[in-house]
Amino acid sequence: MKTSKLFVTVAAMALFGISGQAQAQEKLRIGVIATLSGPPAVLGQQLRNGVQLAVKDLGGKLGGREVEVIVQDDELKPDVAVSRAKALIERDKVDFVIGPIFSNILQAIFRPVTDAGVILISPNAGTSNFAGKECNANFFVTSYQNDQAFGVAGKYAQDAGLKKIFLIAPNYQAGRDALAGFKSFYKGEVADEVYVPLGQLDYSAELAKIAAASPGAIYVFLPGGMGINFVKQFRQAGLADKTVFLSAFTVDESTLPAQQDAAVGFFGGANWAPNLDNPQNKKFVAGYEKEFGAVPATYAFQSYDAVLLIDGALKLTKGNVADKDALRAALKKADFTSLRGGFKFNTNNYPIQDFYLVKVAKRGDGKFQTEIDKKVFTNFADPHAKDCPMK
Amino acid sequence: MAQTLAASSALPDLMPDRPGLLPMTIFLVLALIPAVAWFGPESYLLGLFTRVMVFAIAAMALDFICGYGGLVSFGHAAFVGIGAYAVGILGAHGITDMLVSLPTALLASAIFAYLTGTVCLRTKSVYFIMITLAFGQMAYFIAGSLAPYGGDDGLTIRLRSTLLGFPFLQNDRTLYYFVLLCLLLSYLVFRAILYSRFGRVFRGARENPTRMATLGFDVFRFQRVGYVIAGAVGGLAGFLLANATEFVSPAYMSWQRSGELIIMVLFGGIGSLHGAIVGAAGYLLIEEILGGITEQWKLIFGPLLVLVVLFARGGLLGLAGTIRGRLSRD
Amino acid sequence: MSTGLFVVQILNGLQFGVLLFLIAAGLTLVFGVMDCINLAHGVQYMLGAYLAVAFYALTGNFLIALVLALAAALVFGLLLEFVVFRHLYDRDHLEQVIATFGIIIFLNQAVKTVWGAAPLTLPIPEIFSGSIVLMPGLLYPVWRLVIIASGLAVAMLLYVLVSRTRVGMLVRAGATNARMVSALGVDIRRLFMILFGFGTMLAAFAGAMIAPILSVEPGMGDTVLILAFVVIVIGGIGSIRGAFLAALLIGLVDTLGRSFAIDILRLVMPPSPARTVGPAIASMLIYVLMALVLYFRPAGLFPARGR
Repeated sequence: MKTSKLFVTVAAMALFGISGQAQAQEKLRIGVIATLSGPPAVLGQQLRNGVQLAVKDLGGKLGGREVEVIVQDDELKPDVAVSRAKALIERDKVDFVIGPIFSNILQAIFRPVTDAGVILISPNAGTSNFAGKECNANFFVTSYQNDQAFGVAGKYAQDAGLKKIFLIAPNYQAGRDALAGFKSFYKGEVADEVYVPLGQLDYSAELAKIAAASPGAIYVFLPGGMGINFVKQFRQAGLADKTVFLSAFTVDESTLPAQQDAAVGFFGGANWAPNLDNPQNKKFVAGYEKEFGAVPATYAFQSYDAVLLIDGALKLTKGNVADKDALRAALKKADFTSLRGGFKFNTNNYPIQDFYLVKVAKRGDGKFQTEIDKKVFTNFADPHAKDCPMK
Repeated sequence: MAQTLAASSALPDLMPDRPGLLPMTIFLVLALIPAVAWFGPESYLLGLFTRVMVFAIAAMALDFICGYGGLVSFGHAAFVGIGAYAVGILGAHGITDMLVSLPTALLASAIFAYLTGTVCLRTKSVYFIMITLAFGQMAYFIAGSLAPYGGDDGLTIRLRSTLLGFPFLQNDRTLYYFVLLCLLLSYLVFRAILYSRFGRVFRGARENPTRMATLGFDVFRFQRVGYVIAGAVGGLAGFLLANATEFVSPAYMSWQRSGELIIMVLFGGIGSLHGAIVGAAGYLLIEEILGGITEQWKLIFGPLLVLVVLFARGGLLGLAGTIRGRLSRD
Repeated sequence: MSTGLFVVQILNGLQFGVLLFLIAAGLTLVFGVMDCINLAHGVQYMLGAYLAVAFYALTGNFLIALVLALAAALVFGLLLEFVVFRHLYDRDHLEQVIATFGIIIFLNQAVKTVWGAAPLTLPIPEIFSGSIVLMPGLLYPVWRLVIIASGLAVAMLLYVLVSRTRVGMLVRAGATNARMVSALGVDIRRLFMILFGFGTMLAAFAGAMIAPILSVEPGMGDTVLILAFVVIVIGGIGSIRGAFLAALLIGLVDTLGRSFAIDILRLVMPPSPARTVGPAIASMLIYVLMALVLYFRPAGLFPARGR
């Protein structure tokens, strides 16, 4: 028994040690950390797919160097994420980490990754603290700062003169940020502001409240399964016909396959849509659908851009990652053709980009996607950049 | 149907002079790991085994009330979370000295255990399981609604606990040995308790509470004290977890985490203190190794759990013993 | 806040209660009567939804898909009983918890492997796709009425089955003293197996019926699992009537809590914190309710006699 325990321990460590040693020193290694288990797995898969497609489209080489992608699942557990991130950095010796999806995972892995001098590129989570006071030279974001996405619908509602808006979000940090972000641009009357417990299934009570309030529009932030349930029940309650539906992260390509016709005509706010009209995006969407059989969402395009970002930077440093200062400077230049068109980093390494009101539509082939309706923000910089000491 | 727990490793009532060979070996191996880790991805391996030891402490506490006391708690992760949040909240206000945060963690968990235990211990068997789950969920929701302390996103811990201003836990290796020391102390303390008069009444209450009551012992009081001790040690584990991961979040208290702790106890064999250490190591290492091999590792892990329950009475240690027994017979 | 809205919320609460009972029905059988903690109940519910989606994709007809899904779930339940559960009846609760936890882990991964991680959907069958006007501006889908009707039907069925039929009597007797019952010449093993299969079928039925109004995704059974257990524990293990009443109680408390907690809180605190404290309390309400019930009645509201 004592020998079996000893054996297991030594074997485990040999496994860890060996897998680190056996890799060639020439290849560039990129670690991907995303949520690949549980209900949000579909988002992590999109993130991973985006990275893999980008690497494939670039012929397996970034900046002239062969690249190897190592994917780790964070299981939506912060302590597991820290362990996996450390495995990527120390055992697999990655030069870049792309990820994660969720803000709380970002909070957990931020310091272990950036303190080790490894470049962390987030293709989704963009919390305000890392955009402001805690900004870091090793941290780059190819998505957006969360508040910005929430502001799109707010600005649209304000400009369009929509009145009496009902707000609904889950009762957690992102939910509160969402409604605060909306109200930072919308100054009109708020019919009610409702927070629902996370993971709620049945919205009859809230739908009754909405009907009683008779709002002109409704702003919804209910990600994942919550959004699917709400949209379906909202439509079934007959409320969709008389209420303008504005949202963020509630009707996107990851949830539309389940929402289907119930979501058609609903609005969202995003920095991209699959039908954004530029040649590189058209190629990306077609390629993604061919490879993975689903319409890509922002999670996929942003991770694709992350790889393009690395490629652009490596072209400038001629494949060298050892000189960290040069690498960081090259990354900051953002010298690549983004799928969203123009791309520029702010002083805090968050993007300055356009945001659009998007509308859900059914395509000719029966699939659903969001489509650009109108541009709401041009070269929108996030409000926290002024708190960032980096210049 | 009588719900007595399976008699796994039979415990002698007289305390042996020193811990057995197996526990000593386990501690020896744990002590040597930093030396071996030095040759490989050091911070990663140290981090992994630090986490193993932290969960081992929590699992030991759970085994104390569950394996020895017959109280199956499905809310044990709450104590870990409370201990972790003590560190996080104090840290957010600039207090990092462990002479403040450690007693706070222990006290907060103990109080929570006392209050919830008063309610829970009135119930039996599955009702007890459910009500401990309920309280665990309540703690989880409360932690998630603490907006100034990160809420659902969690809280980063800037500085590990200091001692009189000295940041001696910043070094991963020092932290490792500190956690090992805590593990050893917890082990010895639990051992002492179990063989004391208190411990014998506590264990007796699992086997036959009526008999204990007729002997004049207030079973409820004894169980509550045991529950509080387990809660406090859980808080210790939380204190260490916060320092190890430098992060605290409500996810540390979810019911799934409580379930994982129960699995760790089972893996090592119910009713075995050093078994809890093996169980924690087994669970976390399997998760790490299998997870590295394939994304679909849970397809293997789920049935593995079922098999362990069905065939490996006494957990992995018991299984190893059975195999050894079979081999020596041939 | 009008009386009209209040009445509608009460109806919503009752409806949610019946929904909860439908979900918990299968568990009252396996757990309540056979005294086996079945954490896998949640994934059986999930499997019912997935099977319904799969068969619907094949046949295009909801009714046929439902029947096929139930049949497949029954087979699955029988298999599960044969391979795993029959060894668990004699074990203590802890081991039952872990073994069924293992089944949860396995099935959540399995549905992801087979059907992918993206959420799926099931449309409401044509004939039931209408709605009635519940209140000005608010429609109530007929399908929800169908769900309520099925929940009530299942309640009736179970009550009759367990209390009034010979089979039910045998099962209750077998749960209390299996050896005695088999000594009387009854094949208790086969009885339990059929019962377990039936319980699985009930869980799957709930999953399939509710799928049109909810998202079908891996892990959808986990939230539902806790709710089901809370229902049974509050109601008293072994009591169908208790489970039904507890489900209605929880449905009402949860719905009314969510609807009016904020308004009530606003009487004592400013609106901004009330808006976030309200839902936090609302999400804890069912647990607080359970703690309260168990404090005053440590065996639930209507514990089955002799337990």
